[in-house]
Amino acid sequence: MTDSNDEARTSRRRFLAGAAGLAAAGATGSALANDKNLPPNVADWSKHLGEGVAVRPYGHPSKFEKDVIRRDVQWLTASRESSVSFTPLHELDGIITPNGLCFERHHAGIAEIDPNDYRLIIHGLVDKPLIFTLDDLKRLPRVNRIYFLECAANTGMEWRGAQLNGCQYTHGMIHTVQYTGVPLKLLLEQAGVKPAGKWLLVEGGDASGLNRSLPLAKALDDCMIAYRQNGEMLRPEQGYPVRLVVPGWQGNIWVKWLRRIEVGDQPWYSREETSKYTDLMENGKARKFTFVMDAKSVITSPSPQMPVKHKGFQVISGLAWSGRGKVTRVDVSLDGGRNWRAARLDGPVLDKCCVRFYAEAEWNGEPWLLQSRAMDETGYVQPSKDDLRKIRGVNSIYHNNGIQTWALKASGEVENVEVG
Amino acid sequence: MSRSVSLFVMVLMLASPALAQDKKSPPRQYGIGQVATPEQIAGWDIDVRPDGLGLPPGKGSVKDGEKLYVERCAACHGEFGESAGRWPQLAQGKGTLASHDPVKTVGSYFPYVSSVFDYVRRAMPFGDAQSLKDNELYAVTAYVLNLNDIVDDKFVLSKETWSQVKMPNRDGFYDDDRETSEKAFWNSKPCMKDCRPPVKITGHAAVIDVTPEDKTPRKGGVD
Ligand code: HEC
Repeated sequence: MTDSNDEARTSRRRFLAGAAGLAAAGATGSALANDKNLPPNVADWSKHLGEGVAVRPYGHPSKFEKDVIRRDVQWLTASRESSVSFTPLHELDGIITPNGLCFERHHAGIAEIDPNDYRLIIHGLVDKPLIFTLDDLKRLPRVNRIYFLECAANTGMEWRGAQLNGCQYTHGMIHTVQYTGVPLKLLLEQAGVKPAGKWLLVEGGDASGLNRSLPLAKALDDCMIAYRQNGEMLRPEQGYPVRLVVPGWQGNIWVKWLRRIEVGDQPWYSREETSKYTDLMENGKARKFTFVMDAKSVITSPSPQMPVKHKGFQVISGLAWSGRGKVTRVDVSLDGGRNWRAARLDGPVLDKCCVRFYAEAEWNGEPWLLQSRAMDETGYVQPSKDDLRKIRGVNSIYHNNGIQTWALKASGEVENVEVG
Repeated sequence: MSRSVSLFVMVLMLASPALAQDKKSPPRQYGIGQVATPEQIAGWDIDVRPDGLGLPPGKGSVKDGEKLYVERCAACHGEFGESAGRWPQLAQGKGTLASHDPVKTVGSYFPYVSSVFDYVRRAMPFGDAQSLKDNELYAVTAYVLNLNDIVDDKFVLSKETWSQVKMPNRDGFYDDDRETSEKAFWNSKPCMKDCRPPVKITGHAAVIDVTPEDKTPRKGGVD
């Protein structure tokens, strides 16, 4: 139990004792409120000076929001240096993920790179092998783009049925930020790719030296070498000072701490694209190079970590995305997928980016089976988990974009369930 | 250029992107970045391809590899590659890929020796990466292959013997075929009404109970 929760509890007790004369806790708002701050009383913060400017030179969220944090699932991995933490999607709205809440996936911990010692080498089938400093990269023409980044293993624990009770854990291996950086095409043009060049090896500078093969066509299409997220320099967890941006494709290929790009005429079949990030089917054969993240969505509130507190009017809120382009529509069901209604997309609808959707409904305590279903501009419709399993079986780990079901109970509690 | 001629050129460019490409001036050179020297590249260029491109000089035997493996790898991966605790398993698992409980290892799943060699070269031992010498890399890779019954006890791995190694699952992979095998998911008119019989709950995450204890309030506030 945390201090602030303890505080909340005692103040609640005080409130209930002191306010016995009041009609009901609900009449003045939250049962957790402290009556000395509520009208007609005048709150402390209305009387006294607060902290001055630059006391918080790099600002941080309100102390009352300290439980809005990344979390990990310790039984998943043997060590925190090769592991994952999850974005608290249930606590967020809009589409942008605050930098400190972007999920992490490291294979050898966070490399702490001195920007003065940062170098990027481009070599292989090029006319002129080049080496860039961070300053060099920052001097080149730059672009700003907002994209989602989803780990291919997002929702991977749910193939065999509902397991983790919270959309932070079932869907939290995704984040959306605005990147600033150089188009990869422009960098490759500086080195001059030889006609035989068809694939790139992209490699990280951390102690896992993570390496993946990237088709040249994708590199020339929309990839970026990014050094900023949401305006500020990348966080160390996100590859400071430079990471690769591969819009719409699985997160593993968005190499962090990027140190080297080699141009070749065929793929490398590194461990990360053979032993991992291949999708094992029921017949024992595996799909390889399944780069694109299919259309997917999830209701972030209500969800298990965001239960319902009141009967009556409800805003159902969620995120939808597609690696194949723009999301065109999201449907919401309250009865486990029997009947659907179109949700409202709110805010920007961008290519290979998360969109926010809302559906509004009255709830009177009856059980709901909440689902959402995304569609993208290629006509792809997010499938049910059973339809996915019919084709892929349950061993593929990666690319689980099936429709999620949350059961809302009469108490307002919400649970991750499997429906049939 | 007269107006009609420039219009003609424009139409031509629109109609034929290939031609437009040819006419384009070469990409702008910004003069930013230095030429990378062969020495600089050599220090970082550690990747190895299935065909052996990128292999360093050197060789290593199963026998030498065993000693190294016991010293540098076994604490995590187990004496026989069976895994010590929760670290990755490196051996066994043959014939399990189509079962309900697939065990993916170097022997059962990796398609190429290079996928092992290249990875160990850059990432292992975990926490002491890029510390093995080239001969040690050959030796320890040979030993991991031997643990998987892919090479015999006398085998020596080198550039020369590289292509003799046949990985059991080398034909186990095929290119992403979602756009054909999952074509049914492209459906411009998904069902909106009475799409299925009444729905039953068949599984509960709360019953499985593997979610970490966190500080999020999970109780609803409704009586
Ligand atoms: C401290 C524990 C530790 C030691 C010591 C260690 N490893 Fe590893 N090994 C790991 C971890 C952790 C991973 C997975 C890392 C990841 O996926 O990010 C791994 C992965 C591997 C893999 C890939 C397995 C797969 O299925 O993809 C191979 C091969 C490997 N190690 C070989 C070795 C060799 C050879 C040595 C000795 C030279 C060694 N390891 C020493 C912890 C260790």
